[in-house]
Amino acid sequence: MSSFDVIVVGAGHAGCEAAAAAARRGARVALVTLRSDDPGTLSCNPAVGGIGKGHLVTEIDALGGIMGRVTDAARLQSRLLNRSKGPAVQGPRAQVDRKLYRAAMAETLAAFSTLTIVPAAVEGLIITHGRIVGVQTSCGRLDAAAVILTTGTFLGGVMHIGAEREVGGRVGAQASDLGSALRAMGLPVSRLKTGTPARLDGRSIDWAALDWQYGDADDPRLSRFGRSNGRPALPCAITRTNATTHQIIRDHLGESALYGGHINSVGPRYCPSIEDKVVRFGDRDGHQIFLEPEGYDDITIYPNGLSTSLPLAVQEKFIASIKGLERARILRAGYAIEYDHVDPRALTPGLAAKDIPGLFLAGQINGTTGYEEAAAQGLVAGANAAAAALGLDKLIIDRTAAYIGVMIDDLTTHGVAEPYRMFTSRAEYRLRLRADNADQRLTPIGIGAGLVPPAHAARFATDQARREAGRTLLESLSASPHQLAAHGIDVRQDGQVRTLFEWLRFPAVTHAAARRVWPELAALSDELLASLAVDANYAAYVARQEAEVAAVRRDEALALPTDLDFAAVAGLSKEMIERLSKARPLTLGAASRVPGITPAALIALLPHTSRNRIAA
Amino acid sequence: MTDTIAALASGRPPAALAVIRLSGPAAFAAVAALAGRVPPPRRMSLCRLHHDGALLDEALVAVFPGPNSASGEDLAEFHLHGGPAVVSGVLAALTAHPGIRLAEPGEYTRRAFANGRMDLAQVEGLADLVAAETASQRDQALALAGGALGRLADSWRERCLDILAEAEAGLDFAEDEADVAERLDEAAREQLLAMASELDQLLADSARAARIRDGLTIVVTGPPNVGKSSLVNALAMRDAAIVTPIAGTTRDAIEVPVDLGGIAAVLIDTAGLRDTDDPVEAEGIARARQRAARADLVISVASADAPHWPAPAPVPPKTLMLLNKCDLALPVLPAGALSVSASTGAGMATLRDWLTNFARQATRPGEPALLAHARHRAAFADAHAALVDAAHAPEPVLRAESLRIAAHAFARVAGRIGVDDVLDRIFSRFCIGK
Repeated sequence: MSSFDVIVVGAGHAGCEAAAAAARRGARVALVTLRSDDPGTLSCNPAVGGIGKGHLVTEIDALGGIMGRVTDAARLQSRLLNRSKGPAVQGPRAQVDRKLYRAAMAETLAAFSTLTIVPAAVEGLIITHGRIVGVQTSCGRLDAAAVILTTGTFLGGVMHIGAEREVGGRVGAQASDLGSALRAMGLPVSRLKTGTPARLDGRSIDWAALDWQYGDADDPRLSRFGRSNGRPALPCAITRTNATTHQIIRDHLGESALYGGHINSVGPRYCPSIEDKVVRFGDRDGHQIFLEPEGYDDITIYPNGLSTSLPLAVQEKFIASIKGLERARILRAGYAIEYDHVDPRALTPGLAAKDIPGLFLAGQINGTTGYEEAAAQGLVAGANAAAAALGLDKLIIDRTAAYIGVMIDDLTTHGVAEPYRMFTSRAEYRLRLRADNADQRLTPIGIGAGLVPPAHAARFATDQARREAGRTLLESLSASPHQLAAHGIDVRQDGQVRTLFEWLRFPAVTHAAARRVWPELAALSDELLASLAVDANYAAYVARQEAEVAAVRRDEALALPTDLDFAAVAGLSKEMIERLSKARPLTLGAASRVPGITPAALIALLPHTSRNRIAA
Repeated sequence: MTDTIAALASGRPPAALAVIRLSGPAAFAAVAALAGRVPPPRRMSLCRLHHDGALLDEALVAVFPGPNSASGEDLAEFHLHGGPAVVSGVLAALTAHPGIRLAEPGEYTRRAFANGRMDLAQVEGLADLVAAETASQRDQALALAGGALGRLADSWRERCLDILAEAEAGLDFAEDEADVAERLDEAAREQLLAMASELDQLLADSARAARIRDGLTIVVTGPPNVGKSSLVNALAMRDAAIVTPIAGTTRDAIEVPVDLGGIAAVLIDTAGLRDTDDPVEAEGIARARQRAARADLVISVASADAPHWPAPAPVPPKTLMLLNKCDLALPVLPAGALSVSASTGAGMATLRDWLTNFARQATRPGEPALLAHARHRAAFADAHAALVDAAHAPEPVLRAESLRIAAHAFARVAGRIGVDDVLDRIFSRFCIGK
């Protein structure tokens, strides 16, 4: 029997980030996983980041997390998405090498002296007096003040290929039956599904027939502290399904696990199987498929967009109908997987189970999908589990401050009807929540919580000082439209003298032009000037949102008692009582975001609020 | 648990009938206690009401089970004989029942709102309906209470969300999935500007809506002693303003409501316009000029024995030149002018017809005009500004931001808390995801 502060069950993206966060706060952590080389396994596509997801990775990075650095070390190619759409929605994404990713993760975790990887299967949770005190594993009992479950698709996992079904968390790995233990503790457990495509042998693909997609020339990083792996970037390729592909799928639809009645749980609408695409969007003549390499010294190709649960023979047939894949060899069949998840409305904004002290949940178990969503929750759960074990401050991030806050608030107030993925459109204050300012928004919080390594904190202080000096410089320089015109800059001659900070809003005042007019700008790096220009661009919008943000924060400060009996609140209708009792919001702000809650219901709740700190 | 509330819903007794309403979980138990049974739902039933062994009244009783009742709760109505003792007896019997108390003002409506039976615009419409004095006010309030404005705002919100869904799909998914076309912004800009100009017309029409709700203002001006106050009294058919032969009798503006063929109007009698050393009168004259400048109609009165009119104000509202005291003399009338005698009544019928006609034209009572409340106008104006911003936004993310502001402004009208269903729209329209 060994004793720890925090036990993390599962070493996927949520588990690794949770263990690392708890360790950074000084906790003794056991990371329990089936095999000691599990940490950092990418079960699905070989890519990290994207729009919304890339924002999450930069936020994790700003809080001292590890995902961005590990991704940079493993990158095959990287791009900044949405370059033309405006800085607020630009997110970095990298294709990664699976083996390098796992190696970088192992190395990163090994650097934490208080973190122990325990190769074992967790068979039960040990509860004493209603509080979790440890776990029972295949190798004995482990004790800890806090336990984080990050079971991913392993919780009651069942894989489907056509009519075949197999119990397991992913190919070649056993499933966990902790689900029944969670049900027994009264947690609301239900089923979700997701899927993965067949893997192809890259040597059997006709690459010359396809369009290639390259990474960006400037090779953007996901972490401010990321380092290049020194290898050249690899291209992906793009192909499309066609009418023949769709006809084959239609002809065999009844054999799909999904449409043959073998799966009833809900899958994500935004990551549909190819069967779903053909059924729901029958009018389209084709769907784009990305062929993504899985590594530098790996022949495996991940055909992104072909997730399926059709029988292997049908998979072979429809894949062969796609341009470039006529002779493609399948290394492993695609499959659908069903798994247990807990209704996240049972959790606090700190990802603690409301009714079971010491228990935390993060990742797919909370109904999300995606590596980045999982890792971001892992960080929050890890920080709060360490807080519970060591008596530290909780880490609560509200939705006005970060995508992490948006996600956790959405999960804990709305619950999930399908696997939850981050989109920028989920954030009401999107213009404030940018990848380029994640450090400004979150690093001070991370430093306060002891989550940010000293070297990163020092770098942040330098960056901030430079930034403030840069902003002061931009506001101290000014020019009239006439003066700009003398430099060949075409702006409206309204006679208005503006500071450079204001001028940067005007498309004609490019950074190159500004540097020509004001040689003093040599003191500012391109990156800093660009980031300050974004501030200038969004200043008016952000100012307008400030009042709203203040109102949200005010409502967030009004706490509702954890054990509030909504049925006993005078003036609430039956419908409101039902909705509130399901969501159990912990603040007036959270209550206001429960779907269908009326302003009148909020007024009725007002007398029950107090200005206490939020329970987490 | 929610209280059950009881209140007299009809006018003050004594009256032929009195209606008492009861709403809340204990309503039907109270009906059973008084009437000995709960009559079948949504039908008037004759019941004998008893309390403490005494017969209170023989009354018609109807029950409406929640949530499909006006308040969204169990609701009962007692149609009583309208004597004060009957009403107070039944109210006393009801409030003696556990869990029943007298309703606060507006509490039924508040419950209907809380239970989702009415949106905010409907609540406002109901308040207008109760206060409506003229036929056109009633029509407008009925449209509002019936949810017409909520539906209008909702349909606008829908239109914004449709474009927003396109915009958001372009932001969140364009790079992943070629299926989300990169919509070129020219089409979106045209569409947004067209919507903005439509809103512009709605807003322009809102002045008419406000006139229906608040009444037309008609200011009566002219030199002293031309009989402005007599005229106002004659139009109002009562002695609202003091009339004397002394010039300068009216100093402060006097407002007299009148009904012009079903359209509300306020006649404003003002101080006679002349040069004066009396500071009180001078202030009254200054105010008279201000009121005239803001009026829907100015009746500029001259006397038949001195038929000249003052020069019009710099930006004159619609002006009717009126010659009073036509019983004293009958000079030639300028084109468009009318002549009356407020004292004999000569020409008054023609004047009344003219005013009614004017009121009809100014308010077009047959056409719905919904943006009567300042709150609604402000929301629509915010949305208008946001749509124009969206049309000219320099980058897609700022276009989306402005569209969000517009959609939110419309959501405010119905008092809905905006849970945007943008994602639902995106997923139903585009095949998203790799």
